[in-house]
Amino acid sequence: MAPDDRGHFGKYGGSFIAETLMEPVLELQEAYDRYRLDNEFRAEFEWELKNFVGRPNPLYHAKRWSDDCGGAQIYLKREDLNHTGAHKINNTVGQILLARRMGKKRIIAETGAGQHGVATATVCARYGLECIVYMGEEDIHRQAPNVFRMKLLGATVVPVTSGSKTLKDALNEAMRDWVGHVDDTFYIIGTAAGPHPYPTMVRDFNSVIGREIREQSVEHTGRLPDAIIACVGGGSNAIGSFHPFLDDSEVALYGVEAGGDGVDTGRHAAPLTAGKPGVLHGNRTYLMEDEAGQIIETHSVSAGLDYPGVGPEHAWLKDIGRVNYTAITDTEALASCHKVTRTEGIIPALESAHALAYAEKLAPTLTADKNIVVTLSGRGDKDINTLAELEGITL
Amino acid sequence: MTQRIEACFAKAAADGRKLLIPYVTAGDPSLDVTLALMHQMVTDGADIIELGVPFSDPMADGPVIQAACERALHAGTTLSSILELVERFRQSNADTPIVLMGYMNPVEIMGHEAFAQRASAAGVDGVLIVDLPPEEGGELLDLLKAHGLDTIFLLSPNTPEYRVKKVCDLVSGYVYYVSLKGVTGAATLDTAEVAERVAAIKSLSSVPVAVGFGIRDAESAKAVGSVADAVVVGSAFVTLVGEHGADQASILSTVGGLLASMRQGLDSLKA
Repeated sequence: MAPDDRGHFGKYGGSFIAETLMEPVLELQEAYDRYRLDNEFRAEFEWELKNFVGRPNPLYHAKRWSDDCGGAQIYLKREDLNHTGAHKINNTVGQILLARRMGKKRIIAETGAGQHGVATATVCARYGLECIVYMGEEDIHRQAPNVFRMKLLGATVVPVTSGSKTLKDALNEAMRDWVGHVDDTFYIIGTAAGPHPYPTMVRDFNSVIGREIREQSVEHTGRLPDAIIACVGGGSNAIGSFHPFLDDSEVALYGVEAGGDGVDTGRHAAPLTAGKPGVLHGNRTYLMEDEAGQIIETHSVSAGLDYPGVGPEHAWLKDIGRVNYTAITDTEALASCHKVTRTEGIIPALESAHALAYAEKLAPTLTADKNIVVTLSGRGDKDINTLAELEGITL
Repeated sequence: MTQRIEACFAKAAADGRKLLIPYVTAGDPSLDVTLALMHQMVTDGADIIELGVPFSDPMADGPVIQAACERALHAGTTLSSILELVERFRQSNADTPIVLMGYMNPVEIMGHEAFAQRASAAGVDGVLIVDLPPEEGGELLDLLKAHGLDTIFLLSPNTPEYRVKKVCDLVSGYVYYVSLKGVTGAATLDTAEVAERVAAIKSLSSVPVAVGFGIRDAESAKAVGSVADAVVVGSAFVTLVGEHGADQASILSTVGGLLASMRQGLDSLKA
């Protein structure tokens, strides 16, 4: 089973990093290999998930919305009910426990929508560690409430003004910080990408989502779901949802990318749907790039999906055909966001709304005895400014 | 063609001379200016030229080279057009080794085989890909070697002994010791520490050692030259290029002037 011992998922993944980062990355690999199997570490992680994060969160039967869609029954995996409002905390809890065992005092992170930044600032506050979050200047404007949340939690938010001033540039800047502070710094990457062991480690910490879906699906319906749908930016909530089901061929898996203005317009953030393999941010994977190999700007209404790459395991799962990847446009995601809000009383994050929109397409093609699980990766509170702005309202 | 770099180090060793290796980002502000600058740098004492291949996401570079990448990309520079630049340079210079330094993705997109073949045909001598550690080199390294191109790798202050050996075994031409933990253009260097590390590398391998990062004037060049086989200077030159817009004459005279002073500093070390 993938990856190999150097983090390759088929031809994807690996460790494409500058020499100065080789030592800290190898040190991290060693630490993770040791603690992933350590009973005390695992017990502490489980305890934190239960008592600090609030797991398990429910698998909720969205009955009214299912009836509206007509066809399969849709269940929502409520990651939005976690502490800090998204799945991101699963991973930051895991990485901070590792950082503490490695004796690192200074934590850095990148963030796009701000959810990972908040989740990192939260665990740093919990353990009294210094926290520096890199965030694109563009995103700082789009996600002002999360910026303030991070500051409240005691983090330093550093605006990134290079390149396109969004998530990818924040990642570049965090890497540069790490190169300059390798001795005392732990870099908490927020998605299942980056050099080995990040894609595997972030997947493992988020696989609690899929494990709970397994158990809860059996509780609700007596069997595994027929399909699971999750949105894919870097792909951490999706890989966490999918991974425990990879060997269950009867469970169809759907990863939904950000189609922006439409994949055929070129203005989107859907590397698996319309990109090519390349090397960026420490791993080989599908990328949004021009014909000369330069990374191009992405477009999505959802800041959390606005990233030109994707985790390497997704690249591999696409090539071997285990997961179906597709894209949903801004317009479709917004429509589903409103729909689910009005029908179920749940305001989803715009990222998660991409997965919901695909469920609306898939459900009517299936009979009413089929069950679909959608991972509702985060809550939409952070997006109310964006939603209001689209309706011409200033809050 | 692989002989150019080796010959260059052999001759310098025989003369008791230290090599000076300037880095400039190709296409900043234009490929024509880069071409003129390459010839100027040879005149003023450059032994080998490292040509930076601009990338949209230069993760190991500081603000100076990031800005140079942006200017070069804005001017439409591509890996392909840089190979044509090397061809043009070779029309009037058959001796000065050229090393391409950049990131993996432009090479990925061109294709490993196509890149190795075209770089070799254009007259490139060596390749240094910043985000390609030898562990990931695999097929690409084999292709570069098969086409007679030297494969240069970085070593850093925190590279442990076992990896120094491993990296040096795969290096040809020279190994590039990064004098500090940080991005390009950062901080100042600690010459005593550099001396110790270079001595350690030399005790493990016979490949020539070039040292870069943090060298910005004749004095620091001389200090590093006293312990290394070659001195690499990047951000100091790229800063000057950036300060003069499209003014080719000023770029040539300021870069050439600084380079000549470094050359003098290094030459003062001779016997």
